Amino acid sequence: MTDLAFLVGVTYLIAATLFVVGLHKMRAPSTARRGNRISAVGMVIAVGSTVTFALIDTGGDVLAWTALVLGAGVGASFGVRRSSTVKMTDIPQLISVFNAVGGGAAATIAIADFLHYRTGDSPPLTVSIPVVFGVLIGSLTFSGSLIAAGKLQGLIPGQPIVFPGARVLNLGVAGVAAGAGVLAIVTSSHIEWLLVLLVGASILGILMVLPIGGADAPVIVSLLNAFTGLAVAMAGFALDNQALIIAGALVGAAGTILTLEMAKVMNRSVPSIVLGGFGTSDTATDTPVDGQDLNDVRQLTADDVALQLAYAHQVLIVPGYGLAAAQAQHEVAELAKLLTAHGVKVRYAIHPVAGRMPGQMNVLLAEADVPYTQMLQLDEANTAFDTCDVALVIGANDVCNPDAREPGNAVSGMPILDADHAKSVVVIKRSMNSGYAGVSNPLFTDPKTGMFFSDAKKGLAEIVVATKTYVAA
Amino acid sequence: MTESLFANLAIFVLSLLVGVEVISKIPSTLQTPMMSAANAVHGVVIAGAVATAAAADSWTGYALTFVAAALAAANVFGGYVVTDRMLAMFKRPDPPPDPAEDTGIAGEVART
Repeated sequence: MTDLAFLVGVTYLIAATLFVVGLHKMRAPSTARRGNRISAVGMVIAVGSTVTFALIDTGGDVLAWTALVLGAGVGASFGVRRSSTVKMTDIPQLISVFNAVGGGAAATIAIADFLHYRTGDSPPLTVSIPVVFGVLIGSLTFSGSLIAAGKLQGLIPGQPIVFPGARVLNLGVAGVAAGAGVLAIVTSSHIEWLLVLLVGASILGILMVLPIGGADAPVIVSLLNAFTGLAVAMAGFALDNQALIIAGALVGAAGTILTLEMAKVMNRSVPSIVLGGFGTSDTATDTPVDGQDLNDVRQLTADDVALQLAYAHQVLIVPGYGLAAAQAQHEVAELAKLLTAHGVKVRYAIHPVAGRMPGQMNVLLAEADVPYTQMLQLDEANTAFDTCDVALVIGANDVCNPDAREPGNAVSGMPILDADHAKSVVVIKRSMNSGYAGVSNPLFTDPKTGMFFSDAKKGLAEIVVATKTYVAA
Repeated sequence: MTESLFANLAIFVLSLLVGVEVISKIPSTLQTPMMSAANAVHGVVIAGAVATAAAADSWTGYALTFVAAALAAANVFGGYVVTDRMLAMFKRPDPPPDPAEDTGIAGEVART
């Protein structure tokens, strides 16, 4: 190891430390923003030292540096523009797009590294093996993430897309990709096999994500996030670059943990999600209330709800996917502000999958200026329900289904919010339709529950108007 | 070669373990920003694009450098910017409400 290479290694260690410290600071809302900035400093150090090393070590091919700067300019302007304008409800698909480009970059770098050897000696196994894995995982992530983003954005139907013989086709393509990968390693100087692998893995990525239902897509985004990390680490092995290996491994671990966590709170297993075909899209297909059996249901008006809230001491709001879909975070925050000013203690009970992915509901509420101290996690919320007067459930269903405590149904064992422990419950929902798990919810027919059938945004606006008459009187 | 491969493998495995340890302590409140932050971290692949540029000496090499740089830069810049935007919205609560100074509804309540 030359002195210069040693110095670069040391800067990579500093960068890696900053990445870890940065992620570590993400454990509390008060330090999270600083954490992200610390991680960004690590990034600047890692890239800066790589550039310096490359300039000193190999000097410069002007055309190559021009290509780098031009490419980086195009990519950076795209990334910054999309990031500064994206709506907070569209975060999952943006993350998916960034997974795609990260995986694509890793695959491209792996190919370039392989080609570089081709002009001289053939690459050793320590290079060709990570190159093959980098191309495989990178291109699979690229195409799969774009499909996932398309599903989340509604450009591709959210329903699972399945066709006869899909499994056989998958196996066939996987076989071709695996064979091409092995041949690329064995023949080592033949770029052709690497290109077959690239195409095969890209098709595999598409086939893998198409059969996955829209509601499951965020889990796949998280899984592909882990894949991107692994692809980057593989590129790191091929280039003998420790910054890529460390950062790739960190992201691989992060993505894996989050994937398992999401599957757990959705009461699904990762293999069953990946096999796909579950559920339909997550765009609600509600039938009107009329004609449904509403005998056991106590219906409320906006005025009833307002009265109940205005005279409560403690209110816990349970926001669900329906609230996010209706973009009603500002209305709910307005209602909470009104009540808080009136002396009611209002907090939010947030289930991990209240939004499309864990934590997204918190982001949406934060966007509506809800302080993070009012957002309770599952366990904190469940303690609070015991002393709460009104649980206001908005567009949520499975996440507060008491049947989860009973064995033998689709939500059994799923961690839930104990909204039924509150003294009374108000549910704002468009209809009695079942949620993602497709089961009925006994909370809705509980004698202490009142149902207010409405779209979250419209219903909350009506309640806000009605509440004003009580709190101002 | 095998020595550096072993060192790299050791780094890889230890980093995985550190990742598991750090990430599993992050509350669900912050999991979306965390995923976005991790997303930005894999933008380090741009360092790989730099290495690709350093080795490029043909038109194929230049083209691959351009593609890798564009993809990686979108990842790293976009990732950090959107994470920062998200985290900037997480605010502490306002100082304890003082009805006399507060305008709007609180003020109305105080007056009545």
